[in-house]
Amino acid sequence: MDLQIALLLGQDGVVNGAIYALLALALVLVYAVTRVIFIPQGEFVAYGALTLAAIQAGKTPGTLWLLLGAGVAVALVDAFVALRDSRPRRLARIALWNLALPLAVVGMARWLEPARLPLVAQVAFALAIVVPLGPMLYRLVYQPLAEASVLVLLIVSMAAHLALVGLGLFFFGAEGSRTPPFSDARIELGAVAVNGQTLWVLGASVVLIAALYRFFGRSLYGKALRATALNRVGARLMGISTTMAGKLSFTVAAGIGAFSGILIAPITTVYYDTGFLIGLKGFVAAIIAGLASYPAAAAGAILVGLLEAFSSFWASAFKEVIVFTLIIPVLLFRSLTSRHAEEEE
Amino acid sequence: MRPGLPLLAFLSVLAAAPALLPDFYITLLNYVGLYSIVALGLVLLTGVGGLTSFGQAAFVGLGAYATGYLTTAHAMSPWLALLVGLAVTAAVAVVLGFLTLRLSGHYLPLGTIAWGISLYYLFGNLEFLGGHAGLTGIPSLEFFGWKLDDGRSFYYLTWATLLGAVLATRNLLDSREGRAMRALKGGALMAEAMGVDTPRTKIVIFLIAALYACISGWLYAHLQRFVNPTPFGLHIGIEYLFMTVLGGAGHVWGALVGAGVITVLKQWLQDILPKIFGQSGNFEVIFFGVLLILVLQRARDGLWPWLKRLVPGRAARRVLPEADPLPRRSMPSAGTVLLEVKNARKQFGGLVANNDVSLNVIAGEVMALIGPNGAGKSTMFNCISGVDPVTRGEIHFLGQRIDDLESRQIARRGVNRTFQHVRLLPTMSVLENVALGAHLRGHKGVLPAAFHWERVEEARLLAEAKRQIDRVGLGDRLFDEAGSLPLGQQRLLEIARALAADPCLLLLDEPAAGLRYQEKQELAGLLRRLRGEGMGILLVEHDMDFVMGLADRVVVMEFGEKIAEGLPEVVQKDPVVLEAYLGGVEG
Repeated sequence: MDLQIALLLGQDGVVNGAIYALLALALVLVYAVTRVIFIPQGEFVAYGALTLAAIQAGKTPGTLWLLLGAGVAVALVDAFVALRDSRPRRLARIALWNLALPLAVVGMARWLEPARLPLVAQVAFALAIVVPLGPMLYRLVYQPLAEASVLVLLIVSMAAHLALVGLGLFFFGAEGSRTPPFSDARIELGAVAVNGQTLWVLGASVVLIAALYRFFGRSLYGKALRATALNRVGARLMGISTTMAGKLSFTVAAGIGAFSGILIAPITTVYYDTGFLIGLKGFVAAIIAGLASYPAAAAGAILVGLLEAFSSFWASAFKEVIVFTLIIPVLLFRSLTSRHAEEEE
Repeated sequence: MRPGLPLLAFLSVLAAAPALLPDFYITLLNYVGLYSIVALGLVLLTGVGGLTSFGQAAFVGLGAYATGYLTTAHAMSPWLALLVGLAVTAAVAVVLGFLTLRLSGHYLPLGTIAWGISLYYLFGNLEFLGGHAGLTGIPSLEFFGWKLDDGRSFYYLTWATLLGAVLATRNLLDSREGRAMRALKGGALMAEAMGVDTPRTKIVIFLIAALYACISGWLYAHLQRFVNPTPFGLHIGIEYLFMTVLGGAGHVWGALVGAGVITVLKQWLQDILPKIFGQSGNFEVIFFGVLLILVLQRARDGLWPWLKRLVPGRAARRVLPEADPLPRRSMPSAGTVLLEVKNARKQFGGLVANNDVSLNVIAGEVMALIGPNGAGKSTMFNCISGVDPVTRGEIHFLGQRIDDLESRQIARRGVNRTFQHVRLLPTMSVLENVALGAHLRGHKGVLPAAFHWERVEEARLLAEAKRQIDRVGLGDRLFDEAGSLPLGQQRLLEIARALAADPCLLLLDEPAAGLRYQEKQELAGLLRRLRGEGMGILLVEHDMDFVMGLADRVVVMEFGEKIAEGLPEVVQKDPVVLEAYLGGVEG
């Protein structure tokens, strides 16, 4: 291996690591706020990428119908609860968020012909389809189980993951897609050529991480999420709705997931089931951080990305084996440094 | 044991099946049997132990590949290859368990996800295992000259293995080790206080589950006669868990129900769904995913409890066999200093819960620890019993230092306790709960339990439990669920459980709370008798009539400090104590 290859691999590793970092942050966020280990995160990655690809190909993405269906389901469940609690005033809001909004997105798909719009608008459109699925998923799958044990929530996550992968296959077929890069720029940095998409990924990751940092540090909603993560009961007593916190964290996670998918779609071919492995690598990073610390999760993610890039050069067949075996020494370290088995809630 | 009528009917149908059913159904039943063996391990892990694994398919793969490789490349006997497979599986499971089981609950499933993926890719990329194409030409099994080379002959082996595993699992759960496993769900804290080595118990059930999976893989390899990586991927691992949860994770027979329903449904859905969707693909996973979400939301106990109601069952065992009493520990003579707490300090961050508290308990006395709420009494109990170690200071028991020991080691020395907030296993019977207290007085391990070779010891443990239950006056509730008792009686049950350990020092945290006057009188009588036998009793209690009528000495605590110590009548007149309880007289 010469320096040039090493730099190239390093670049690959950092780019992938940046994506894993974003996903790891979302996973830590969701786990801290809701105790859900968010396995379906990867499906949002795939949905984001494939929805954008479908839009660009001039097709109606299947996720649009999923959005409509999930919206109707949420509206029905919420309307039932609202009527049972005899609070019919809520119905208008429920209809607005779960029926009118998805219908507006469908309407735009019909009349605007998004395939002809500029890239920014297409990306926004893809996000408008995929991101609302996050809070809807929370409402339908997790909210009824909000008080269940971590274990039950994890099994439910696996079930949701399977269902969403199956739907992904149905919507997008078994063929993968690749979208054109955001820019064709290339920059020579000494010996290496850095292409535009790399810069996009890195720049977007840094901006997103900074935005999240500000969100948690400065905004009221961010603080509410942190409070819920620290103490659910205490947060509730302070008037923070844990349901709101759950939905908000799922929205953020879905947004990060879908946007990550859109970022990597020009770099690698995305298939309906690609997201799972990408999401799991985010997990490895999050586990390195003990599902708790954001900076450690980001650092872990870069490590995972680099390890993956270099092992794909030396032993490409065993790339996945090496990356996933990484958590063994990590777990050993965590296991040796914690004295008592923690009590489950 | 006398099998019930439904079980006999089920067994006869099973035995007759090969003679009656066409090949297709025999194949299906073979798979149901193989999957059930894996699901059975998960019942133990998830339903009983409250842990879980998504990597069981990888253990199946280990069993299948071990025999596949060894019998083809090295012409080894399949039976020997089974042993090798089991040994490899055991090694992996112990390492993985050691790494993850000391951490909180979700690290094991996450670890097994990673391990499941790694092994899948490893199978697919190793040359000598045939890569993604797999291994072919695996020999069929021979059983004393009888060749099991088609599904029909293999069927008996599959189901005999499964039923053997079911029997062994049921035996195990109905034993001393089984009680320890079932205690895991009640939290490690209580189980440890009863002397259960919880990390070891967790590793043992993870190991058993892995070995079941390995056996299933070995059978699979010799049934199929070839192996490739596909059936050992993570998605199949998830499917095994689905079977377990759907069937009813807490029930041995639920494994069979879940495996049966999922296998048949899958077959049917794979036929019908592609026609509905108009394209080919694994669409049954959508259905299974939604189904499982609904099951967990609406009926978390799965199908088995519901099925069981349809079948007339037989009543639980109600007669205890005769047994010799267990040997007792030699009691220290009256007047010996049992417990000595020297300047114990406990800090939670900035809060000092115990500040340099010293006290001692002598054999044959009742020492009462009293004080207003928040004085640090329960913290002191937790320090003594090893639940929450002291920050500074020393605790000695019979002259030996115990403040750096785990709570199960302290329990072994003869210090046993009850909890302020009752910690019982509500769905287990009163008898089993109390027998858990006698855990350290039995010695037989998992293997004798699986074959029920430990019945003599078990009978003695149960007889001891019954003796203690009679002693606290709950003799007529022996077989009731512990959760069905009123709170006061649950406290008595905890005392019986502590007594079953044959302690020389008994720590009772508010034993009289929730008892009626008559019951309090009886409890006081019991404690006096125990004192007469030479036991030392450390008592936290708020009922002053109860305390003052019973205690030999009293220590009063307030805000983490000891403010008085002495005879009950002296302490009662102490102005500092009066101020703590009633507020000072403003001068």
